[in-house]
Amino acid sequence: MNNTSRTKEAWIFLSPALAMIGIFFVIPVLAAFALSFTDFDIYSLGDLKNIRFVGFQNYVRIVETPLFWTALKNTFYFVLVGGPLSVAVSLGTALMLNSKLAKYKSLYRTVYFLPVVSSLIAVAIIWRYLYHPAHGLLNYFLSYFGISPVDWLGDPNLAMPAIIIMAVWKNFGYNMLIFIAGLQNIPEDLYEAAHLDGASWRQQFIEITLPMLKPTTVFIVMITIIGYFQLFAEPYVMTQGGPLNSTTSIVLLMYEQGFRWWSMGYAAAIAFVLFIIILFFTLLQMLLQRRVK
Amino acid sequence: MSKMLKIAICFVTVLFFNCHPTDEQTVIKFWGFGNEGEMVRPLIQEFERQNPTIKVEVQQIPWTAAHEKLLTAYAGESTPDVCQLGNTWLPEFNVLHSLEPLGPFVQRSSRVDLNDIFPGVLKTNILDSVLYGLPWYVDTRVIFYRKDILKLAGYEKFPETWSEVLKASEIIQQQAKAKNKICYPIFLPTSEWVPAIVLGMQSGGNFLKNKNSRGNFSGGEFRNAFSLMSEFYRKDYSPSGMQLITNLYNSFSDGLIAMYITGPWNIGEFTRRVPPELQNAWMTAPLPSMDSLRPGVSLPLGTSLVMFNSSKHKEASWKLIEFLSSVEQSIAFYKITGNLPPRRSAWKDSTLANNKYIKAFYQQLQRVDPLPQVPEWEQIVIRLQTYVEYIATKTMTVDGALKQFDGEVDVMLEKRRWMVERQQ
Repeated sequence: MNNTSRTKEAWIFLSPALAMIGIFFVIPVLAAFALSFTDFDIYSLGDLKNIRFVGFQNYVRIVETPLFWTALKNTFYFVLVGGPLSVAVSLGTALMLNSKLAKYKSLYRTVYFLPVVSSLIAVAIIWRYLYHPAHGLLNYFLSYFGISPVDWLGDPNLAMPAIIIMAVWKNFGYNMLIFIAGLQNIPEDLYEAAHLDGASWRQQFIEITLPMLKPTTVFIVMITIIGYFQLFAEPYVMTQGGPLNSTTSIVLLMYEQGFRWWSMGYAAAIAFVLFIIILFFTLLQMLLQRRVK
Repeated sequence: MSKMLKIAICFVTVLFFNCHPTDEQTVIKFWGFGNEGEMVRPLIQEFERQNPTIKVEVQQIPWTAAHEKLLTAYAGESTPDVCQLGNTWLPEFNVLHSLEPLGPFVQRSSRVDLNDIFPGVLKTNILDSVLYGLPWYVDTRVIFYRKDILKLAGYEKFPETWSEVLKASEIIQQQAKAKNKICYPIFLPTSEWVPAIVLGMQSGGNFLKNKNSRGNFSGGEFRNAFSLMSEFYRKDYSPSGMQLITNLYNSFSDGLIAMYITGPWNIGEFTRRVPPELQNAWMTAPLPSMDSLRPGVSLPLGTSLVMFNSSKHKEASWKLIEFLSSVEQSIAFYKITGNLPPRRSAWKDSTLANNKYIKAFYQQLQRVDPLPQVPEWEQIVIRLQTYVEYIATKTMTVDGALKQFDGEVDVMLEKRRWMVERQQ
């Protein structure tokens, strides 16, 4: 079979998937990009004659809006604290579940994975109950240690940590499974050799486990960061961005501008700013990864 | 046939044939928000009993999602036939040209009497002299206060002007200090726009200028309102942060606060949460005023019933609106929810007439004025809260805050300005 007909076949087989991606992904993204240079709003929705091309005005307005910088700060807080915490917790649990001493491994794997497959909205509503200052289970436990009731979601300084705790609990199971797969790929003889040479458990972890897990870790960190930058449902359900905008994330700001005030052009511009931020961090990570190699 | 299959067939049959309307029935969709969407059900049952040819599908939507849901429904061409709409949302849906004018229906109706509706509330439903909504229930803001504390300060009746409220606050605070107690005589929360807007309305109420296309907050009128507010914060007559009042009802019962501007739902809450021994110690009063006209102007809030012009069953939809806004049904709705009826004649009913706390609302509703009818209004007042916080915490001066706020409002109204200029 010659090459051209093979390519043709490949295109035929790929076309349904490509068509779907084109219609539901590429076209909307291009449309949103075009939208970000217009002032599409509620007046335009009522009458298309009211739409104007505004160039980079939306982008300029973003930079000038103090709430955007607050949202950016909150998002970075979430990514930089929540991200590493999430990776650390998943690595920790993966190590425990991969240990030869662990019993009922599949049971624990299922239990830890359950939050990942549960609906985020339902989970957030339940956590709102757990965090309730007067009737919440969390404050009930804390009261045994003599800690007076904490208004988790009502205090501007605690609301974001509370959301981070919940998000880590919700997400670590997925990364844990990938880590377990990564751990199982490490040849057992490496450990046996190290054991014979008299390496301690710690030395084995630092010299064998961590280096061998590097590709897995890079993948997980990248996925986690991309995901965490898009923080939305947790504050949307639990705090609506409050108190005092302390949990307003970039995506929540975009949603509010777009669907609450219907400033679609402005919201589209926020989306592309977020895209650029995520792109920057992904590239940075790839660069670092290459340098380490 | 397996048992499972039989059950499945039964289920599908029940689903399709039992709930499905008969051929002669018209189905209309009604969206109710929050608690009302739930509580309206007995009224709907009564409506369906009286109109066997109409079936109403009620969809309940939480208040927090209602606004987004309606706008996306408009964009997706899936609006309901009839819907309840917050008075302040009407301008947005007017801009979208999505509401059906109700004037012709009202003219033909023998049950609707527009003159019986509180005029200020009715006005919020008229945009460019076209009637788009019929009030379903009304809401306004009055003062809830501690009768005993004000009496001790020498006020048998609630003060009638704001300067007297200032004076009363001074006495109340001195009396508390003498007893070594902390007291913030009046609670003007920094997380609410209501007190600022109410005082602004009373000072003249021209919040926007140039055909509602520019902010007019730093102009003289609103400046008076904002300086009065800052006076309350400056002298510590009102707490300047939200942390001090963690529980409104406890603070009110403990005498930490003595006056609070709020709405009708709090009648029920105060009755339940204020301890029995203090039940005779609290009362409601219409708002004081800046001038000699009493009571001072307040907000016309509440929701109206509207019909979307995309509805295919306009006659049936009108019947539902007519039914729900009628005097009898608004009294029935009051009994279930505590929502106040928009028709003045409904207030003669004994359940309303005998409630001593409701009298203030009746007086107040005679004097309510509509807010600027622009789609950006909600965004503007939410932003105003931030500036209330700035003057309360003394981060900004009154003039500085209002000037900056006007700048922000002008940005929000930029599109409107362009449209106004284009029309000229």
